[in-house]
Amino acid sequence: MSGYLEGVLVLLAVNVVFAYGGFLPLAAGQLNLGLAGFAAIGAYSSAYLSNVFKLPPLIAIAFAGIVAGAVALIVAAPVLRTRGIYLALATFALGQIVQAIILNLEVVGGAAGYPVAAFIRLPAIAATATVVVALVWLLFATRFGIAVTAVHDDETVADLMGIDVRAFQVAAFALGSAIAGVGGGLYAHHHFSFIEAQYFNISLSITIVLYVLLGGTQTVFGPLLGAAVFTLLPEVLRASANWRYVAFAAALIVLMALRPEGLVTGAQLRRLLGLARAQPRHAEVAAALPKEPSG
Amino acid sequence: MSATHPILRLESVSKHFGGLRVVEDLNLAVRRGVRTALIGPNGAGKTTVFNLITGVFPVDAGRILLDGVDITATSSHLRIGHGIARSFQNIRLMPHLSTLENVMVGQHCRNRGVRGVLQPVNLVPRNRWREAARAALVDAGLIEYERSTVGNLPYGVQKRIELVRALMAQPRLLLLDEPAAGLNPAETEALQAQLEKICIGGLTVLVVEHDMHFVGALCEDVIVLDFGRKIAEGSPEDIRRNPLVQEIYLGAPVAQPMERHSACSA
Repeated sequence: MSGYLEGVLVLLAVNVVFAYGGFLPLAAGQLNLGLAGFAAIGAYSSAYLSNVFKLPPLIAIAFAGIVAGAVALIVAAPVLRTRGIYLALATFALGQIVQAIILNLEVVGGAAGYPVAAFIRLPAIAATATVVVALVWLLFATRFGIAVTAVHDDETVADLMGIDVRAFQVAAFALGSAIAGVGGGLYAHHHFSFIEAQYFNISLSITIVLYVLLGGTQTVFGPLLGAAVFTLLPEVLRASANWRYVAFAAALIVLMALRPEGLVTGAQLRRLLGLARAQPRHAEVAAALPKEPSG
Repeated sequence: MSATHPILRLESVSKHFGGLRVVEDLNLAVRRGVRTALIGPNGAGKTTVFNLITGVFPVDAGRILLDGVDITATSSHLRIGHGIARSFQNIRLMPHLSTLENVMVGQHCRNRGVRGVLQPVNLVPRNRWREAARAALVDAGLIEYERSTVGNLPYGVQKRIELVRALMAQPRLLLLDEPAAGLNPAETEALQAQLEKICIGGLTVLVVEHDMHFVGALCEDVIVLDFGRKIAEGSPEDIRRNPLVQEIYLGAPVAQPMERHSACSA
């Protein structure tokens, strides 16, 4: 396998993990713009564990997920008090704070960056990504997936149906952050690694959110597809040299216009699998009726 | 027995929104195993009463007792576990879930804790919760919509799915907020048949409804609210003959239409 191809596949695997980190909060209706911060926590904690305590990279990466998830649990109480655009701003600020702290943390190199001695290759990285994807898929095949979607769709009714809305919001936030931490750990240990706080900026957070939004937040397949398309598309467009970013951005806008709910949606998936019965005769009627909360 | 042991009792319950007194010193009792209608003009506070019973809003004063147990301070997500399930005035199904998944949301309160939450309902084809939800859809004649996205379904079908969802909680007390509103006659008939079927088991039902034919056909007790106060109660026949009710609700001698109208915003 050529070095280039391996490099692209490693990037793909890391991005897929990041995408599932973004998927969990989005599935629960949270726009988390601090994912890069949790990825940074994962990257630095796993790098520190493998550099200083000589933990094998995969063990260190598992710990990275735990550390990032634990930090998320601690900050969840204040952060999840906000909602909508304010939640986006609060998580954005959180990401900035993490970045600023790492920049001033001399023990991991501060602004100079932090070299990582140990590394793992494509098979281990791909296997880790596969495990993460499988675990999220399994989780969403349980009642958890239904409850999280219910919280996303209608908090009041979810609550009245006995769903502990806050618990599921915290769980989605912390699990997503833990997965982002694992992604950060993988990033820190892919070969010739040298991590610096500047990499984990808002643009990384936005990119992760884009993978999920454009792939689709309604099914567990969306993030995989989104991350794959948006990792590979720039590579395919490489032929057009300097224009590839313009082409990429144009492709994004076209996609948003054509598929505002993402590449795959739940309804579409059910249709594709040939499972839905023919029915939507009365769609106009249903759409015309008010859906306001009762007063 | 039923008269001395109401399943639901509201004692001097009040609720104000700012200066607006939506429910004022309300006392009411719902007899066990009886279908009771809560009627009143727009803005009388009927939906607010439902919201107080289910805990959407806290009460400002008074107590709510379910089977003699004070649930006034019980948080809203735990009340369904005490046996109170409800439907909503405007359909509130989860648009991103299929019909079957929406129905399974109703089972959540019987499936709490980590083990309940990790029930592989969409993984194991013969999962017992999934099978129970399917059986309920078969019973209701809705199984053909099992995998449909609910937003695309006819209004009447959505209302019936909401009813099945509420029943999956195996409630002792079912609150229905205008179940027949917006339905065509055929849909109303289907709903009525479904309701009569579920009431055979002795379920207690409290229903807010404007359609007096529907109320007369379904309910044994009627409670009339106006401006958040109870103004009458009795059998549908008594209520129909009650001059006060005729005046304020059925609009017999139109008293002060302007004043009435100004109260409709609540």
